[in-house]
Amino acid sequence: MRTPIIAAGLVGLASVANAQDTLTVYTYDSFVAEWGPGPVIEKAFEARCDCDLEFVAVGDGAEILSRLRLEGARTEADVVLGLDENLAEAARETALFAPHGIESPQLDLPIEWQDELFLPFDWGYFAFIYDKTKVDNPPTSFEELADSDLSILIQDPRSSTPGLGLILWVKAVYGEEAGAYWERLNDQIVTVTKGWSEAYGMFVEGEADMVLSYTTSPAYHLIAEDDDTKAAAAFDDGHYMQIEIAGKVASTEQGELADMFMDFMLTDGFQSAIPTTNWMYPAKIPTEGLPDGFETLHEPESALIYLGAEAEAIRDDAIEEWRAASTR
Amino acid sequence: MLTLENMHVDLGGFTLDASLSVEPGRKVAILGPSGAGKSTLLAALGGYQPASGRVLWSGTDLSGKSPAQRPITTIFQDNNLFPHLTAAQNVGLGVRPDLRLSKGDVARVDEALNRVGLAGLGPRKPAALSGGQIARVALARALLRDKPIMLLDEPFGALGPALRDEMLGFIAALADETGATLLMVSHEPGDARRIADDVILVADGVAHAPVPTAEIFAHPPEALRDYLGH
Amino acid sequence: MARGIDAVTRTAGAGAIALALVLLLTLGTLAAVAVRAESAGGFGVADWAALRFTLIQATLSAALSVVLAVPIGRAFARRRFPGRSLLVMLLGAPFILPVIVAVFGLISVFGRSGIVSQALLALGFEPISIYGFHGVVLAHVFFNLPLATRLVLQGWLAIPAERFRLAASLGMTSRDISRHLERPMLREVVPGAFLVIFLLCLTSFAVALALGGGPRATTIELAIYQAFRLDFDLGKAALLALVQFVLGAAVALIALKVALPSGFGSGLDRAVMRWDANSPVLRALDAALIALATLFLVLPMAMIAVDGIPALTSLPPSVFAATLRSLGVAMASVVLSISLALPIAAWAVKSRSRLVEAIGTLTIAASPLVIGTGLFILIFPVADPFAFALPVTALVNAVMSLPFALRALVPALGQIEADFGRLADGLGMSGWARFRLVWLPRLRRPLGFSAGLAAALSMGDLGVIALFASPDTPTLPLQLYRLLSAYRMDDAAGAALVLLAASLAVFWVFDRGGRVNADA
Repeated sequence: MRTPIIAAGLVGLASVANAQDTLTVYTYDSFVAEWGPGPVIEKAFEARCDCDLEFVAVGDGAEILSRLRLEGARTEADVVLGLDENLAEAARETALFAPHGIESPQLDLPIEWQDELFLPFDWGYFAFIYDKTKVDNPPTSFEELADSDLSILIQDPRSSTPGLGLILWVKAVYGEEAGAYWERLNDQIVTVTKGWSEAYGMFVEGEADMVLSYTTSPAYHLIAEDDDTKAAAAFDDGHYMQIEIAGKVASTEQGELADMFMDFMLTDGFQSAIPTTNWMYPAKIPTEGLPDGFETLHEPESALIYLGAEAEAIRDDAIEEWRAASTR
Repeated sequence: MLTLENMHVDLGGFTLDASLSVEPGRKVAILGPSGAGKSTLLAALGGYQPASGRVLWSGTDLSGKSPAQRPITTIFQDNNLFPHLTAAQNVGLGVRPDLRLSKGDVARVDEALNRVGLAGLGPRKPAALSGGQIARVALARALLRDKPIMLLDEPFGALGPALRDEMLGFIAALADETGATLLMVSHEPGDARRIADDVILVADGVAHAPVPTAEIFAHPPEALRDYLGH
Repeated sequence: MARGIDAVTRTAGAGAIALALVLLLTLGTLAAVAVRAESAGGFGVADWAALRFTLIQATLSAALSVVLAVPIGRAFARRRFPGRSLLVMLLGAPFILPVIVAVFGLISVFGRSGIVSQALLALGFEPISIYGFHGVVLAHVFFNLPLATRLVLQGWLAIPAERFRLAASLGMTSRDISRHLERPMLREVVPGAFLVIFLLCLTSFAVALALGGGPRATTIELAIYQAFRLDFDLGKAALLALVQFVLGAAVALIALKVALPSGFGSGLDRAVMRWDANSPVLRALDAALIALATLFLVLPMAMIAVDGIPALTSLPPSVFAATLRSLGVAMASVVLSISLALPIAAWAVKSRSRLVEAIGTLTIAASPLVIGTGLFILIFPVADPFAFALPVTALVNAVMSLPFALRALVPALGQIEADFGRLADGLGMSGWARFRLVWLPRLRRPLGFSAGLAAALSMGDLGVIALFASPDTPTLPLQLYRLLSAYRMDDAAGAALVLLAASLAVFWVFDRGGRVNADA
């Protein structure tokens, strides 16, 4: 046991001794996982910046924002990567972000992008994922879901961006009736996890029939595990869209590096890693196109999304509605 | 002269009063029924039990002085030694209570142990000593403290008759040699006969003035008669 | 008397400073939170739900623990068998078992893919769920059933053996004995045990964080964390903190009135001779009870070892770095805890004041998260609170272990003063000399125990660190929680084993250190 401890100590010393510039990027847990995009992107960026790119995982997406608020201008983050459009307005209101400075970025999003502070790096549709070998008749709408006795795993909207996405999705479908819908769904929710990784891990282990994730999630099983048993339940209600965004922190002392990273984010070096590591659609389709297997994914006919201020206006009330309904 | 002037102890429901004098160098036994307040009297003298009135020694008022500041050394019923300290350390506390002993101090400790017949047993802890040896260690420390008054609170209660007799003789000899004034609580009238010059009778909340031993046993007052049972 | 007064003043002075520090950390931080609560928005539906959940789960956990403990304690009290003293010792283990480790063990036994569910599935039943209300109560019973059993067993063994002999000579049946001897004892023991466990479950955080968390299974403590960490709503955090404190203090006050059991009594390794309970049915019943209780207790811990050992070789270096960090926190916590406990204990003994000890013990009702939130608010204007994550963890845990340290130290110190106080006074041993030559050597056992407890509790704590943690300096429990959250079960299994071993080891080293060569 002694060797690894000493080794860990030496690694610690080494990183102190190195006076190279460090770019600190706050992101969510699964981004920096060994199999996530973090390691690939870190390598690619460090190869061109002569710097040390350090990803700091601070929980799930929505926790990044809370963390920033707690730290204020004292934060060590230079770039924040992994908020989503639903949180953009709240992030804007903290006044902690600086403009990205990229004029009319080239993007392949289903919507038009005009935001001075934040740039998208990937996007996807939320969906409930199920195992085809275990669930015979997947629900085709929220109604069918609530009428079935399928157990589901969801994420806490206060800590997790998919969790928040689901709240807004239900709100978009049910409007005033959202609270009543949550009450109907209540019994089927096995647990509400803090982050996406936890819920998805539990689903894979068989703790529930379905998990809230993305239409792109089956691609992971198909491409990385050669397993075609997982599928996304296609809902006639339409699927809520998530656009994941990044922004440059205003108080950064590494302004140039941060700008460089924001530029790099929309190049192939970053974007080509996204489909097969973050299992989302890239914000800018890389030159080699989408990997094989993505064509098998369900493409929703209607996409739902509340943009910026609109999402902000309904978010708190929608979460409160869900909490109130879920406690019954 | 040890003088108690209107000494009064109130333990809430139980009181003890004493106005008496003891000549220096006398060996005094304190007798009385159990619960009469023998040990309370000793505790008040030693400074362990707050009391009103005055306690004088050679004209000096002892009231308000802490136990260690009084010209008194006390040997208790039990727990006279710290079990975690060696015999020599326990004796050494009589020289310096912080045990920072000089070479000279250590020599004096050894000498005191020799004097009580425990040569070479200094490094032992109390658990490795017999009851009689433990009593001797306490005596060795009392010797080193060299106080003019020695209080003994049924000190040898746990010893067998032979050993007890031996220790009493030893103490009497020490007291004669050092000229110390000795006050000893005992429930055993034989102890008083064995070494005491005088007897203080404690009964019904009062400590009576000392009476010569021979006299009190020849003409026991009623309280003592009841206690002795004849 | 100058010297005596001096010594007393100094004891009182040091004790007062320590006690003031404790009060500052509990009430002071609460005040800081309250002041900061500028917009104390009302108590919402979800907050009521958290309060309701907290009370219901604590009541049920305590009731189940105590109700189950009675027959199990009776079985232990009247049976002698090989390995009995080992089992009784094991009953003390969950107390120093890191919560998050136990949760891991429980998931591997009761989780969807755990042993029990697999068995149920194989038999054609629905598997059980460990998440939500059931899971929280299950985990609390796992932690507190052993404690309750020890308390009940203590009560049983406190009935003099002669009474059972007398009962046997009078030809009393089990029922008669139960009426005349056992029920009166239980009437005294059970309320105290219930309250202690209720109190422990009231401030439960890590269990709720790992197994609950949704709106349906959120304790107030967890709601404080969420309000602070997720909503950044200091007003809500403050309001919840106040509710938490009032609730805890109220229960603690009641608990102090009802004779609070000490819970760490020794001498549990004897059994009472019983002449009335020799029927084969009763024997079988007791055997089954002991076997089930043992299985319930041992299986999760065994699973940690079974799952953990293969993962040990491939543990990420971050786990070892976190282990070192946690050891550092544990050591600091020991020093702080003892530095606080000794002066308070000395003051309590010297002044014979129950109040001093009671105030010191009241931290059992305080919430680590409230203290943490308060410290965060206090530190924030002057420095980066996240930089203080580890010192704050050490400090808060020291304060949280204070009640247990005082329970061990105050009676011991009282006994020392009763036995040797006069001797030391007569010899003029005061101040430092008395501390060094009398207290320290004679307090070795309770000091060792207290230090071990403080070390183990802070080693395994997942509470205030979750609030403060900066991502790059996690302690071992936090690292384990993150591995669990990321569903990296292999690494989590290894880390759980390391944490389990480290916690037991630090406790053992201190506790043992207090016993070796300690003269009776």
